Amino acid sequence: MSDAKASGRADKRRRALSGLMTILTALCALSAVAVLLIILGYIVWRGVGALNWRFLIETPKPVGEGGGIGNAIVGSLLLIALASVMGIPLGIATGIYLAEYGDNRFGKFVRFIADTLTGVPSIVVGVFAYSAIVLPMERFSAFAGGVALAIIMIPIVARTTEEMIRLVPTNLREAALALGAPQWRATLDIVLPAAASGIATGAMLAIARISGETAPLLFTAFGSRFFSLYLDQPIASLTVQIYNYAISPYDEWHAQAWAATLVLMALILAINVTVRFFTRRRY
Amino acid sequence: MSTALPKIKVATERAGNLNLFTPVVTAPKIRVEGLNFFYGRTQALHDISLDIPERVVMAFIGPSGCGKSTFLRTLNRMNDIIPNTRVEGRVLIDGRDIYAPGTDVVELRRKVGMVFQKSNPFPKSIFENVAYGLRINRLVRDRAELEARVEQALRDAALWEEVKDRLKSSALGLSGGQQQRLCIARALAVRPEVLLMDEPASALDPIATQKIEELIVELKKQYTIVIVTHNMQQAARVSDFTAFFWMGRLIEVNTTEKMFTNPDQKLTEDYITGRFG
Repeated sequence: MSDAKASGRADKRRRALSGLMTILTALCALSAVAVLLIILGYIVWRGVGALNWRFLIETPKPVGEGGGIGNAIVGSLLLIALASVMGIPLGIATGIYLAEYGDNRFGKFVRFIADTLTGVPSIVVGVFAYSAIVLPMERFSAFAGGVALAIIMIPIVARTTEEMIRLVPTNLREAALALGAPQWRATLDIVLPAAASGIATGAMLAIARISGETAPLLFTAFGSRFFSLYLDQPIASLTVQIYNYAISPYDEWHAQAWAATLVLMALILAINVTVRFFTRRRY
Repeated sequence: MSTALPKIKVATERAGNLNLFTPVVTAPKIRVEGLNFFYGRTQALHDISLDIPERVVMAFIGPSGCGKSTFLRTLNRMNDIIPNTRVEGRVLIDGRDIYAPGTDVVELRRKVGMVFQKSNPFPKSIFENVAYGLRINRLVRDRAELEARVEQALRDAALWEEVKDRLKSSALGLSGGQQQRLCIARALAVRPEVLLMDEPASALDPIATQKIEELIVELKKQYTIVIVTHNMQQAARVSDFTAFFWMGRLIEVNTTEKMFTNPDQKLTEDYITGRFG
């Protein structure tokens, strides 16, 4: 009898502790999400006031005359596309090499460099692009901005690609090889598709990361007050625009900076959803 | 186990004479001569010699880590993809040494198919799983031929009736037993001559296992089958010959009937009767 009572008490204590811990972890999760929601909410609250169609379409105008961020949206999209075209294929190829053939000294070296590059402050990358591209070309350009952003993307994409490929079970690879597939075909036909959604997530992370970069663009893409699609000309971007408006002394520009921030967030979200849609698991 | 090892001498000699008690006397499909295998500095297989006749089922039994899977994987050079491994000796398939320089490994693996312990369908449709080997080896001329070969392979693997209405759906939606039969169909599609099976039913329930076993007996008519199994009853049910491995050595090869009733080696008897392992 007393045994049963004792075990009943122990059980009650276990349940209470379990409940307490569940609540604690839930609270931690909630506070993490709450911070994000507060930031998002604040940006929407501050940004939505200055937001209208003309703001999204027009180019910047002097203080008091309104104006918009149409050129900056186009510029940001162009820069992101440019960086992605250069950075993602290179990063994925590097990741494939590291995962499939990188178990040697050279692979270790590349991995170390990639990890180091991930930690380099982005302004340093900007300085590099400035001296390597802007100075020889003797002008600021969208191309230089794209290169700077691509350099930031490559190590992120490479390392996530490597990790995702390593997660593909060996027996899947072996199944392809056992059917007479050469290794490159097994990688291309079986391993890459199996890792595709993970690789896309890595690419997404990289895109999200560069979308918010300002420092590497300050003296590469530089910024512009006009619509431009020329790669050899300076080009506007949302981040640099936000920066310029935010440090200005004018309330109107501050409001526009908040609105531009909201647009930037929506843009990243849209890219995210689109890529996820196209790389969702079909099997 | 702690006592001195029994003297081992019979196995390799008997292997050479295996043909004497096969019902149909043919040259061996697979002949292994003095095979040693190393993972780095660790020797996993010691001086293995063995003949496998054509169109029979040979079962490999032995305790975990005895080298039977490793040995199986030397027969289609699957161990090549593991770094720091080394092979000595010869493996002759139809009289040709598959480790001779200049051997086309792709061609070899098409001829010697493999089914793995854990079913591993590609994350593709059922149809594409079976079609994959045909596509990469360019074995078909057109779509009609491809479809015909896929259907035939699925029929041979006794899976056609269950999947014919959903060939386009994901292979990962099949049950475990169906997935394993799909993997067998995938291996059969390229029309190999030898089929290596590494514990093909170890992860399946008894009913699915029974289906696989019936399939093996059926496939014997066309293929030479080598199966690794931990399941003694399974070896007894499906195989014509049984080889017993122990600590990287081949202890005994015999007809399955003799092996399970009156083995030549004391060690074999101890293992089969469950005294160790």
